[in-house]
Amino acid sequence: MKYKDYYKILGVDRDAGADQIKKAYRKLAHKYHPDVSKNPAGEEKFKEVAEAYDTLKDSEKRAAYDQLGRYQPGQDFQPPPDWSKQFSDTESSFEGIDLESLLAGLAAGRHRAGGRTGQIRMPGEDYEVTAHISLEDAFRGTEIELNLTVPEYDEKGLFRRVPRTFKVRIPKGATDGQRLRLAGRGGKGINGGRDGDLYLNIALHPHPLFRVSGHDLYLDLPLAPWEAVLGANVEVPTLGGPVYLKVPPNTRAGQQLRLSRRGLPKSHNREGDLFAIAQIVVPTAAGERERVLFKQLADASTFNPRGHFQQEVRSGN
Amino acid sequence: METKPAEAVWLTEELEFSLAELAERSGLSEAELHELVDYGAITPVNPDSPQWVFQGRCLVTVRTACRLRVSFDLEPHEVALVISLLDRIQDLEAQVRSLRAQLPHRIR
Repeated sequence: MKYKDYYKILGVDRDAGADQIKKAYRKLAHKYHPDVSKNPAGEEKFKEVAEAYDTLKDSEKRAAYDQLGRYQPGQDFQPPPDWSKQFSDTESSFEGIDLESLLAGLAAGRHRAGGRTGQIRMPGEDYEVTAHISLEDAFRGTEIELNLTVPEYDEKGLFRRVPRTFKVRIPKGATDGQRLRLAGRGGKGINGGRDGDLYLNIALHPHPLFRVSGHDLYLDLPLAPWEAVLGANVEVPTLGGPVYLKVPPNTRAGQQLRLSRRGLPKSHNREGDLFAIAQIVVPTAAGERERVLFKQLADASTFNPRGHFQQEVRSGN
Repeated sequence: METKPAEAVWLTEELEFSLAELAERSGLSEAELHELVDYGAITPVNPDSPQWVFQGRCLVTVRTACRLRVSFDLEPHEVALVISLLDRIQDLEAQVRSLRAQLPHRIR
């Protein structure tokens, strides 16, 4: 089993008092708790911190942990031969279990000694995980495979972390930050307690064309100056395939053209909208003929795009 | 390994939970949930009815509340305060996301 230095994880001395341990834990929890921290590595780090605190705050568990000896973090070790007799009434071997399971086994043994386990109904643990999916998958619905390491109690009531694979069908209608609940797919309940649930937090991968706001989508629609002025019928991509969009004459840059119900599907057969945002673009290098025609346009036109500058300056005085 | 894909339900406003269901699924007691309602951290769909009903997404909030209470050893009114602030952050983040989505790509 691999050694973890719980004192080092909390950043306290081995002789630290309960108050110091609590303070160190709180400080780290503020920093890494997944509900308050935006640190992407926060969740893993918080698990580590919580595991360390769970042992060190409990004087009996802490004493058992101290008796294991001192090793380098990650170093392989075995509990001393008399450790099991002194701290645990389980006869199980230490093979295949980690330090957290070993110390949790100690707590379970203590419950048994109190004659309580065996009757207590314990609900299974809820699992919560973020599922990253593409916008196309959110649009159509998808099936994903999740590989999680989950805490479980075996038939002897011993705690272990085991790898499990979940196949989950994500119905269409997903959008960023939406939660999905899979009833009964969490940890198994003990002594007739209900099984836990699996919660999925949906996160969408960024898309090269579409930007997402709720169930609405936004797309930049580049238009040539003459298309914007004269109007045009242009082909635009949507998640359901290309469609034609009528760009009205005299369309301004930044104007949003709505393609109704072409966004992400919602429940009850409703859909979000797709908004095409007009952008006027010019050729990077205009050809000779184009330049001549633009020159003619410039000479013929009375349009002054900055007319309001002077007006605003005058009214400001 | 699970072979059959599990059926999933969106936690949206259309799904509803009773107070007892919310307590069972969140790990908070009904009394604690009452306090969260008193402090305005969660609101039932029918506040005047004796049989409260909550929107599905309330479950996300109260599960967060339960985690915060356990991890930081918080009193119910402290949990309610943190929940309100987290809600405001979430609303603001959603607004930022929405405004960003509307910004043309090149000037972003």
